[in-house]
Amino acid sequence: MSITVGGPALVRDLLGSCPLPFTGYDRVLLGHGSGGRLSGELMSRLFLPALGNEVLNRLEDQGACALPGLAGARLAMTTDSFVVRPIFFPGGDIGTLAVHGTVNDLAVGGAVPLFLTAAFILEEGLALEDLRRVAVSMKRAADAAGVTIIAGDTKVVDRGKGDQVFITTSGVGLIPDGRVLSIAAARPGDKVVVSGTIGDHGMAIMSVREGLEFETTLESDTAALHGLTEAMLAACDGIRLMRDPTRGGVSSALNEAATASRVGVHLFESALPIREPVRGACEILGLDPLYVANEGKLIAVVAADQAETLVAAMRQHPLGRNAAVIGEITADHRGSVVMRSVAGGTRVVPLLAGEQLPRIC
Amino acid sequence: MKFLDEFRDGRTVANLVKAIEARVTRPWTIMEVCGGQTHTIVKYGIDEVLPAAIELVHGPGCPVCVTPLEVLDRAHAIAARSGVTFCSFGDMLRVPGSRTDLLQLKSQGADVRIVYAPLDAVQIAAANPDRQVVFFAIGFETTAPANAMAVALAERRGLSNFSVLVSHVLVPPAIAAILDAPDNRVQGFLGPGHVCTVVGYEEYEPLVDRFRVPIVITGFEPVDMLQGILMTVEQLEAGEARLENQYGRVVRREGNRASIDLIAQVFEVCDRKWRGVGSIPASGWRLTERYRAFDAERRFHVDVIETQESAECISGQVLRGIKKPHDCPAFGAGCTPDNPLGATMVSAEGACAAYFAYGRLKTVHAQAAM
Repeated sequence: MSITVGGPALVRDLLGSCPLPFTGYDRVLLGHGSGGRLSGELMSRLFLPALGNEVLNRLEDQGACALPGLAGARLAMTTDSFVVRPIFFPGGDIGTLAVHGTVNDLAVGGAVPLFLTAAFILEEGLALEDLRRVAVSMKRAADAAGVTIIAGDTKVVDRGKGDQVFITTSGVGLIPDGRVLSIAAARPGDKVVVSGTIGDHGMAIMSVREGLEFETTLESDTAALHGLTEAMLAACDGIRLMRDPTRGGVSSALNEAATASRVGVHLFESALPIREPVRGACEILGLDPLYVANEGKLIAVVAADQAETLVAAMRQHPLGRNAAVIGEITADHRGSVVMRSVAGGTRVVPLLAGEQLPRIC
Repeated sequence: MKFLDEFRDGRTVANLVKAIEARVTRPWTIMEVCGGQTHTIVKYGIDEVLPAAIELVHGPGCPVCVTPLEVLDRAHAIAARSGVTFCSFGDMLRVPGSRTDLLQLKSQGADVRIVYAPLDAVQIAAANPDRQVVFFAIGFETTAPANAMAVALAERRGLSNFSVLVSHVLVPPAIAAILDAPDNRVQGFLGPGHVCTVVGYEEYEPLVDRFRVPIVITGFEPVDMLQGILMTVEQLEAGEARLENQYGRVVRREGNRASIDLIAQVFEVCDRKWRGVGSIPASGWRLTERYRAFDAERRFHVDVIETQESAECISGQVLRGIKKPHDCPAFGAGCTPDNPLGATMVSAEGACAAYFAYGRLKTVHAQAAM
């Protein structure tokens, strides 16, 4: 069969079967931290060749491995660094993010989060009162999430060599026997579910950072999702995978699933839950909410016959009230995410190369 | 969202498509002038829902794409200097010149900042009197009022550390250049809605008469675009060539008086190079004599930098509607948004980048069927 449009090179790129050449940068750009293709290249071309092993190579949000004495349960471990400016923002601060982010990376793997560690890199000159507020937030978030922070570390760097405070948290949890979730487990026919409105966190941060004012305040959705994931797993045994779509947004999470599972993802634009102020802010700035970060949402892929049950169960939980089916898994266009637009046409929703940059007009 | 959802409504879109189908009796080639319109077409799959007889070709109206390579090189030379804070709209940051781009310069220590409005750059200048603050003033008529305002304000506030690198381009001379070309295929235009919001559409009336070509000033949402296409098709099928305004909720014939006056005070018409197209007479704006002191090219002596385009790229033909992005052998292979060879791949609004980013489902289907 011949290809009439686009040519084989484009098709390869869209399908991810032939990665683009390592982009010609010889230094780290901000885009390498965006969760998009540059981040993926750092993993596949630099970190995995250096550090890869059976567990790490799966590229799950958490590493899971069996340990003697756990009787079928598996140990899940993850780590995440938090850099955000400003450190205090509507709906949370860097401390709540640092707890929620790591708890969520465990939870979406089906783990029950247990213990965290926290490492702080402090910039000389940071107000101790600000640091205290961050620490109190972390304690509050950890208590609410039922996890204990059992170890920590502090380093201080020269003024100008950091940005107030960077926090790295690591987390340990247990995956009960029988739970197997994997980014590679989506199958054609499955449904794609999102737990609520998308883009809230990223646009809240951006509106404060850029001094944008709207009629309503945009608030981060930062939240610990392990309660929701437990409710979901209790209600439904057909969940294939879960992801929390943080940086890179829903698009990155679904592109990763499409690539790892060797399936296509078909999204319905009209089904995407997006709050009006978030849509408005994205319209003004020329950003696509599919690429905007979330900190209290998850994406799940579930067997089609259990999708309704799952969404109903999610809506019973405070963090899943706006849960919705937003798409389905298909055997077509394997490795890529395609969206049917509200106008009836379709488009591919690719991984961005790097940062999403505001458009000129 | 009010005033937005109505213009993306699937049922209205379907009705307009039916109306277009009912009018079309033979193939027509229509160019949308603006990058924002190209974006809408690809983002919503407008070309997929249209009858096959309507071919949309993507015009030169992406300001990032048409900014010539040598202006980029000049920008990068300025941004690399110590003591300079270089401010730009976001999507100019990854546009490569012949050696580097602003993101790479930033990673090497240059002070490069994204601003949402030129006035933000003026604020930065006022707050940092020890730094030279340069704003990259590119764009069509749309961005000109804000850019002009920034220069006028800097003068009023006596900010000697503020300057602008100007590469303004104008739509009507570009349309004339496309229609003048012997290999032109374009039979009708969707005119630039936001450009005309600023400067009005009187200037387009002589083009309609001279070239006997329909121009319909058109908005940027799916319903706008389809209505604009319908109006253009109705004229083409009737053998008419008129100037019509689909975007009446925003555009007035006379434009925005205050903006036009401000532009006239700060900018004057000049010849301008377009990336991928070449020099077009009287197709740009530069600072008037009164404001020449704010010209960054002069202040930093970079006006001597000249650069030639890569010859392998067909973006000039894409910009003029003669070829489509996938007609280029480099498309998606040697030329990608990460590593663009030319104008139309560099900005999200560029035709090649839009095709690459949003892809075409039929391409993917073709692969799936292999």
